[in-house]
Amino acid sequence: MMCASKHRRSITLAIALLSLLLPVRAEGHLPTIGLGPVYDGIFHLLLSPEDLIPVIALALLAGQRGAGSSRRVLWVLPVAWFAGGFTGMFIGTPRGSALTCFSFLLLGGLIAANAKLSVSLTTALAAMLGFFHGYLNGSGINRFNDGTYALVGLALAVFVVVALFTSFVIPLRRQWALIVVRVAGSWIAASGLLMLGWALR
Amino acid sequence: MNSPKETTTRFVTLLLTFFLYAQAVQAHVHKGEAVSFLSGLKHPISGLDHVVAMIAVGLWGAQLGAPAIWVLPVAFPMVMAMGGMLGLLGVPLPGMEIGIAASAILLGAAVMTELRPPLALAAGLVGFFAIFHGYAHGSELPAGESGLLYSIGFVMATGCLHGVGISIGLVHRWNWGQRALRVAGAAIALAGMFFMWRVFV
Repeated sequence: MMCASKHRRSITLAIALLSLLLPVRAEGHLPTIGLGPVYDGIFHLLLSPEDLIPVIALALLAGQRGAGSSRRVLWVLPVAWFAGGFTGMFIGTPRGSALTCFSFLLLGGLIAANAKLSVSLTTALAAMLGFFHGYLNGSGINRFNDGTYALVGLALAVFVVVALFTSFVIPLRRQWALIVVRVAGSWIAASGLLMLGWALR
Repeated sequence: MNSPKETTTRFVTLLLTFFLYAQAVQAHVHKGEAVSFLSGLKHPISGLDHVVAMIAVGLWGAQLGAPAIWVLPVAFPMVMAMGGMLGLLGVPLPGMEIGIAASAILLGAAVMTELRPPLALAAGLVGFFAIFHGYAHGSELPAGESGLLYSIGFVMATGCLHGVGISIGLVHRWNWGQRALRVAGAAIALAGMFFMWRVFV
């Protein structure tokens, strides 16, 4: 029994070491690997801090306000993001997103202050910010080249990020853990303030 | 039937193996972004004058206990970012270096004497000095780098320095810890005097 176990472990180790020899080309550049528009949308969100951080911030804010607000934001934000993206794709023109610093400031400030927002107000905030960020994303997407699929990917990524972060924050009960969330909010607001400085420079 | 220990060993072995894959980093990032995050992260810890003052804020917060232990680290980054914005915009702030050195002297002295002012006064004092530290960071920002990632790195590093101060300050619950913190406060105040001396010499 003991011998068989040792044998299996050796085989596992050998396979693991052999896998090191696999020649793998590094092709992290999305257009080269052609993951497809849905994945492009997903990776756009994950690789763009100016979009990702407001999503995380909104999830933290909704999580602070409990399960009711979180459920609403979970559905409203991706839908608003998609609607904004679709609008931007057809009528928007690509432009700088200097205004995103206001999302950082607003959401970070609300989290740091542990603002007691009602469910409807949190929902309205999610709809507004989702539409705004989606619009900025959509205005840079080519509608003739599977742009809608990229928006689907973006909305899916937004859904997953919100689900992960709200489910992380809602069960928090310990005082220090709730403070960590507020400190994260102050960091987001501070980054937004510095971004405003960069934009005005 | 594998034992749980054996399964865990196998899983960990495979997991560690994947960390050894040597792949070139070719992710799709904007020019200078990665550099900017690291530059921002390194900036607050590159100068001892900033480091000792940030740690002093954490130590003092830990000595004062709740709510100062979290009010100070929440308030500091936001006020510091305001200072950073002033620096970015090129608004003149005379006596910046004196303010930074004075922050180490006064905050170190506050830790050394276990000063317990009203919360508003403590937050006001810390916020006042935060402007000088933020201004120094803002006016020294390298040109042509990503503002957002730089800002995030810079705010995170500052927050982590506070966290270090608070973690060390938790020894305050023991008698020997209280004495050790007072000694640390004295050392910070002495370092501040050295920085002040260097401003004038």
